[in-house]
Amino acid sequence: MTNRQIVLQTKNVGKYFYDPEKFRVLNNISIEAYKGEFLTLVGKSGSGKSTLLYLLSTMDRDYDGEIWIDDKKVTGLTQNALAEIRNEKIGFVFQFHYLLPEFSCLKNVMIPALRLGQYSRQEIEERAYKKLEILGLQDQALKPASKLSGGQQQRVAIARALINDPKIIMGDEPTGNLDSKNTQIVFDIFKQLTSEFGQTIIAVTHDNDFAKASDRTIVMQDGEILDATL
Amino acid sequence: MNYKHNIDSEISISYIVTNKKLTTIAALGVIIGIAIFVFMNSMMKGFDRTSTDSLFKTVSHIRLFKDDETSIPLVKNETNDTENIIINPKIVPDNNVLINPEALIKLLQSQDNVTVVSPQTNVNVFYNNGKSQISGLASGVDIVEADRMFNIKSYVVEGNANDLKHVQNGILLGVGIADKMNVRTGDNISITSSKNVLKIMKVVGLFRTNNSVVDKSKSFINSSFAQQLLQKNSSYITEINVNIKDYDNALIYAEQFSKLTGYKAEDWKTANETLMAAANMRKIIITVISFSILLVAGFGIYNILNMTVSQKINDIAILKAMGFRGGDVIRIFVQQALIIGFFGIVLGLTLATILVNVLSHVYVGGDIGFFPIAFEPMQYLRGFIFGFIITFLAGYIPARKAANVDPVSIFRK
Repeated sequence: MTNRQIVLQTKNVGKYFYDPEKFRVLNNISIEAYKGEFLTLVGKSGSGKSTLLYLLSTMDRDYDGEIWIDDKKVTGLTQNALAEIRNEKIGFVFQFHYLLPEFSCLKNVMIPALRLGQYSRQEIEERAYKKLEILGLQDQALKPASKLSGGQQQRVAIARALINDPKIIMGDEPTGNLDSKNTQIVFDIFKQLTSEFGQTIIAVTHDNDFAKASDRTIVMQDGEILDATL
Repeated sequence: MNYKHNIDSEISISYIVTNKKLTTIAALGVIIGIAIFVFMNSMMKGFDRTSTDSLFKTVSHIRLFKDDETSIPLVKNETNDTENIIINPKIVPDNNVLINPEALIKLLQSQDNVTVVSPQTNVNVFYNNGKSQISGLASGVDIVEADRMFNIKSYVVEGNANDLKHVQNGILLGVGIADKMNVRTGDNISITSSKNVLKIMKVVGLFRTNNSVVDKSKSFINSSFAQQLLQKNSSYITEINVNIKDYDNALIYAEQFSKLTGYKAEDWKTANETLMAAANMRKIIITVISFSILLVAGFGIYNILNMTVSQKINDIAILKAMGFRGGDVIRIFVQQALIIGFFGIVLGLTLATILVNVLSHVYVGGDIGFFPIAFEPMQYLRGFIFGFIITFLAGYIPARKAANVDPVSIFRK
């Protein structure tokens, strides 16, 4: 595995929690994520894995050290600049789907692309259909998001994360609310994304099977990296 | 290539459409607030207009006269070795005549924005008929000019004001005097001046201003007769009344005329301070009430928006995660408020129009007749502007709260 392209990198990242008292939750984290890699973060609760993921997501700006995304230092950028980066380069999948219940599935998938404004509305609609097709939901496209089953909603959320062809897809327990069948579906999609489209996936998970099947697992304990297997 | 998709408005519209009930309540608040605001202010404008109109039946915009001069009360000595001279202040005895009135009139007529100039000679008189005698004031005027100024014809109830032009010893009497003296148009009445000059006058008409003090004391006569009653020559004029285009600027012009002529020029507001104080009080009351109602409507929108923000906190978090900026979030909610506000304002102005229309058909009696209310474009504009300002603020405050939502804290719950 030589000459792999780094898409995300942290340099000595650390973070304090101040409530209820000052506490070093992350310490000296230096990791890399490569293009087309399926990376999982595991650890007991309180190990700091989710905290780390939200630092990587650029939504949490309160940390020390540096984070680089796609060869660009994001540490110290303004809120608006970070919003642009998230819009363009990062897709999110959470434990909960966070779909906008008023909109159809299609519209939900289209929202990030409409924000980005790279394509015309018609093109965006076509692209959204394609993403839904990848996830096997083309028949549900025009239904309101609230009318779908939990597994389907999570897949719509993944389609939404994919719409702008982000470099990185971040998941916080993306299969946490799913049964084993849907978990398998999501896992297969993630695999497909990394191998076929060269996208990088960084997912926090409790699911050991899920982690084992990924390309690489970073184990965290007490705010430090315990083990980074390849 | 870059496209600008209005996804922010799409989201705010969807919030409005899917929350019809709440939206309707918020809009209803604005409708009522705006309607009452415009309605009350129109009512006040109508009322003000009627009261100034009735005031201008007897008062001109600016009155030019020679003010009494008072002797200097105290002369201080520069050096300490003599006493101060104290004089009991008194009006310097002089007559109140304006010197060279023709030139003054010409000068005033040549000024910008002056519409009517009417010289007047006021005489304190007694109206006599047999034994009965009433004191009053006879205004010696040129009836044509005076009519242009005070619109006398509009309140003449009997006879014809223009007859004063032809009948040298004609008199136009207030109805109060006519009742007490028991005279009608065509009858004769004798008047006596303070100089004890007695004249027999012929009543050419009666007027009713509905101000009973005026109706019971005032009369119009030809100025030449007024001068005769005072045993003065034909250039004897005690005051010059001036009307200008915009009576709200009377004070400015009064000061200007004062400087120009050297006589005292008093504007109608200064001359009727009590009336103006009452009008100002009315204005303050109406403004406070109508703004409070508008404010309550604003709170309605604020409340609903606040609720929406709390309900949609997950949406806000995910939108921010997906790269929506704080400004986008603010736009979503402010736009929602403005859309609700816009419908509220438009319907509110419609409701105000209906209310004004209904009230303008309500008969209140007296010389007023129907309630004096009209469509006031300025009030509509004010309602529109203040309505938007208030809905904007009512939307902006919760929107800023939404923009400050920390998505991480929502996702980690």
